[in-house]
Amino acid sequence: MLKLEHVDKAYADHHALNDINLDFKEHETTVLLGPSGAGKSTLLRSLNLLEEPEKGIYKIGDHTIDFSKDISNKEKLQIRQLTGMVFQSWNLFPHLTILQNITEGPIHVLKQDKIAAQKDAMHLLELVGLVETKDRFPNQLSGGQQQRISICRALAMKPEYMLFDEPTSALDPEIEAQVLRVLLKLAKEKQSMIVVTHNLEFARRVADKIVFLENGQIEFEGTKDEFFNHPTERIQAFLTGMKL
Amino acid sequence: MWETIVKSTPEIVGAGIKYSIPLALISFVIAMVIAVATALARTTEPKGSGVAKSCFKVLRWIISFYIWLFRSTPLLVQLFIVFFGLPSVGIQLDAFTAGIITFSLNTGAYCSESVRGAIISIPKSQWEAAYAIGMSYPQVLFRIIFPQAMRVAIPPLSNSFIGLVKDTSLASSITILEMFTVSQQIAAKNYEPMLMYCMVAVYYAVFCSILSIGQYYLEKYTSRYIVNGG
Repeated sequence: MLKLEHVDKAYADHHALNDINLDFKEHETTVLLGPSGAGKSTLLRSLNLLEEPEKGIYKIGDHTIDFSKDISNKEKLQIRQLTGMVFQSWNLFPHLTILQNITEGPIHVLKQDKIAAQKDAMHLLELVGLVETKDRFPNQLSGGQQQRISICRALAMKPEYMLFDEPTSALDPEIEAQVLRVLLKLAKEKQSMIVVTHNLEFARRVADKIVFLENGQIEFEGTKDEFFNHPTERIQAFLTGMKL
Repeated sequence: MWETIVKSTPEIVGAGIKYSIPLALISFVIAMVIAVATALARTTEPKGSGVAKSCFKVLRWIISFYIWLFRSTPLLVQLFIVFFGLPSVGIQLDAFTAGIITFSLNTGAYCSESVRGAIISIPKSQWEAAYAIGMSYPQVLFRIIFPQAMRVAIPPLSNSFIGLVKDTSLASSITILEMFTVSQQIAAKNYEPMLMYCMVAVYYAVFCSILSIGQYYLEKYTSRYIVNGG
């Protein structure tokens, strides 16, 4: 279980997260929706500790973090291993081959045996249909391929939760489908996922739970049926805006 | 003329092997240590308590002062201060040590800026991606950032190294018997300054050309991942 209690994060002139209380169940896909600047990415990045809120409690696995206190480096690294992050613009390591990109974490962070790590990486490459790219460098791949590799890189750490920060928004619609197929596959395999997206169709198909954020606050938290079939006035306006 | 060339070559090249090259090599290695350490101090955001942050700020100020000082004063003046000036405050150094210290500090100041520029040229997203998979700061630095920064830093660092090789000729002014000093001494004996100075110029050019070839291969190696898309 991943849990946030009374989490607050503010930038100089902007309250990004305002008293956030959320549960993310294991083996479920939670989709974070909301207009731009709502705090979705800040929330997701806080779960990987790339952002550190000023207040609130964060519980994951055996770890409990009080954001109002200093977090030790050791605990940060442990929590990051539990939460695999996939970025909007994939951020692969350009100087490493595809195989090295995927095995870098397992070998040097998890101290896994190199041969075993490579074997696992090949399984992941099979999962995303990119085995033949293993010896290439990232800039020899298309955006969609790179994003699928970045999913493999995060999965290779065997995280409890996969965090996706708008994984398809930098891709053409045609290529977007390749990445969405991988996400659908993971959802079917009951991988715990938290996904920030603007893709309503994806949310409709795979979300077990939807959280709608606005101005750093939770405006809605519930099932996709409630969200799409019984929307509040504000959500209806958002859904209409997205369709336009 | 050929006889003079053949006769003086072993002496000049010998001085190069004995003094000029070690002076340049040792100084450059020390300069790189200084450059990386100071560049990291200037690119790392301090964390921790108020006292630690204040100490870090003071350290950064000292580093900035050092870089300013060594880039704003002539190398020859620096050599004279270290070799001829320091004895007046009780610090007596032999010529070779004084040369190493001065060349290291001078080149370190220039290289620090090259290394800093290379580090900050790597997008923040690379740091984040590495941290996101649980890497520690040293792992991020040595496995992700430095290999990419090296590609950016090699041309300016090679420039500094080649410059340093030529600058070792200034060590003649503090009595080190490097290539230029030896060629001066031979010219004083055989009264052929034009030939001797042209000869030593050729030897410097040969050394620097070897370094340029090394730079070419190093650049090629560190850029191996920059290939056309497929």
